[in-house]
Amino acid sequence: MTDGATKNIKEPGKNASKTILLSLMQVWAWVFLACLVLAFIVAVPLVSGSSVSFLSVRNSQNILVAITPVLLLGLGQTFVIISGGIDLSVGWVMSFASVISALALRGAFNAGLPLPLAVLAGLAMAVVGCGMIGLFNGVIIAKLKVPPFIVTLGTSFIVRGMALLMSENTTVIGLPRGVRNYGNESMMYYVRGDGGGFYFFQKPELTVELLRRMDRIITYPVLMTALVVAVAIYALKRTKFGRYTYAIGGNEVAAVRAGVPVERHIIKLYVLSSVTAGIAGFLSMLRFTAGSAVIGDPLLLSSIAAVIIGGVSLFGGSGTVVGTVIGALIIAVLTTGLVMLNVPSFWQFIVVGAVVILAVLIDQTRDIIKNKIGSS
Amino acid sequence: MENQPILSVRNLTKKFGGLTAVNNVDLDIYPGEVVALLGDNGAGKSTLIKCVSGVHSPTSGRVTFQGEDVNFSNPIEARDRGIETIYQDLALANNLDVAGNIFLGREKEKSYLGGLIRSLDDKFMRDRSAEALESLHVEIPSLKAPIETLSGGQRQAVAIARAVYWDAKLMIMDEPTNNLGVPEQKKVLELINALRDRGVPVILISHNLPDVFAVADRLVVMHRGQKVTEKKISDTNSEEVVQYMVGALDDTRKAEVVG
Repeated sequence: MTDGATKNIKEPGKNASKTILLSLMQVWAWVFLACLVLAFIVAVPLVSGSSVSFLSVRNSQNILVAITPVLLLGLGQTFVIISGGIDLSVGWVMSFASVISALALRGAFNAGLPLPLAVLAGLAMAVVGCGMIGLFNGVIIAKLKVPPFIVTLGTSFIVRGMALLMSENTTVIGLPRGVRNYGNESMMYYVRGDGGGFYFFQKPELTVELLRRMDRIITYPVLMTALVVAVAIYALKRTKFGRYTYAIGGNEVAAVRAGVPVERHIIKLYVLSSVTAGIAGFLSMLRFTAGSAVIGDPLLLSSIAAVIIGGVSLFGGSGTVVGTVIGALIIAVLTTGLVMLNVPSFWQFIVVGAVVILAVLIDQTRDIIKNKIGSS
Repeated sequence: MENQPILSVRNLTKKFGGLTAVNNVDLDIYPGEVVALLGDNGAGKSTLIKCVSGVHSPTSGRVTFQGEDVNFSNPIEARDRGIETIYQDLALANNLDVAGNIFLGREKEKSYLGGLIRSLDDKFMRDRSAEALESLHVEIPSLKAPIETLSGGQRQAVAIARAVYWDAKLMIMDEPTNNLGVPEQKKVLELINALRDRGVPVILISHNLPDVFAVADRLVVMHRGQKVTEKKISDTNSEEVVQYMVGALDDTRKAEVVG
């Protein structure tokens, strides 16, 4: 019986060069990111003067703050796209969350709730409100079998209208002053130069001169995003939830036949996507101490770009959360670095666009090589 | 028990509107036998099988499985009772690895903090998958690679190992050697023999008569929704079988004439 056993005879050496190329292409995003950072470390002081450093504490923290919303939108999107769907509504859902969480926070505070509880009320409103939108998307996609592209495009317009209506087409202001701290402070401070150093938990009482040299390390929104990222990595890689997400993207019919509750899972994915967008809206509301109905829309395409640069296939079935984090970092590093090099900001779009196309080209070539090795 | 059929179909009829796809068919499957189900396209063999595996509900007639009347409302119910169907398109998720497929929908989990956090028990699933493949004498280059890197025959083996692991009592295989190269076809036939050795009966739907004569114990031929004959492999030959398949021979007509 064993003579008929299927064996894959590996010939060492034959495909060695291809294998090396292949493994390089698996991790190209990491390599690309590292090269970008190195290039900017060298180029920024040359162009902008030796006192300016690309990897300074201040600049690296600015990059982290900048990627927070893109990353959160990209996280939910990562799950949705791996399952073979797409969620075009996340941009306006984020705006909607910014508005409704600002209204809820202000209302709760004016009704006499202490500030921490009012902030929680804002978060709860964002999560529940956006969760409902995700539920709407998910039910129509999973139960009524309308293509996700159409459903989430439609929802995006609906939510846009709702956000503008509820904000009365203006920025929601009049939030309590303390909200600022939630959106911008951290538990760790660093002061550069003489008399500086690290401070923990408490914002240091310093002279104006020293305060100017102070940076906040990992602000609360960045911390919260990091927690969401950690949960997402775990959920996709190590849980049934993640396994089903891959299985549905790989072969939905097989998943149904294997007893995976496919419809329920798809609904959960769109709820997840809307909720992460909701958290992004809530955090941006804290950061700017205001609710804005136009904050999220420009970020939709950036978030999809991050997901694609990170190696998630638009056909579904493959991709990782870490990839999306790298993709978001690549976009943020590019954007920040080009600004520091005094390159006109319009070039950012051109470069990011080129990187998106390059990313897909590399992934395709990789798959072709992989298949060749597999079948030879 | 040996003489009791594991699956028994009586007077099964399935109509789709005015069309009678399966007409008053009886079928018995005994433990450890391989029964080939033959027939031209549209003869009703797929519909008959779908009535057994829970995809369709019969219009009339009875299906008895392991001595109990059954009426499955979906394939998952049938599978939970031990009727595994291996489809032509394999129904595997190509982006998952071997264990991911064998345990798909029935994943083994570990819990932490009193069930608050649950994660996949990949080691357990991988070890059990390796054992299941081992018991079928199947070698797979890497259990961790997505199965899209495997050959058609290896994927077929994974599908069969999944059924064996989940303790299938009856296997239904729909054209299992289609789209396979000759050595791979041979391997699949060996797998069917391995199933018989374990006492798992197999219903084999096939157009490929050499396959049928190589591996089956009995064959059943359907024509236009009716069972036109049922013979031991040793009592027939391919010419005769073809005659039944095209409708030139028909035991039901003979019965009518005699009766």
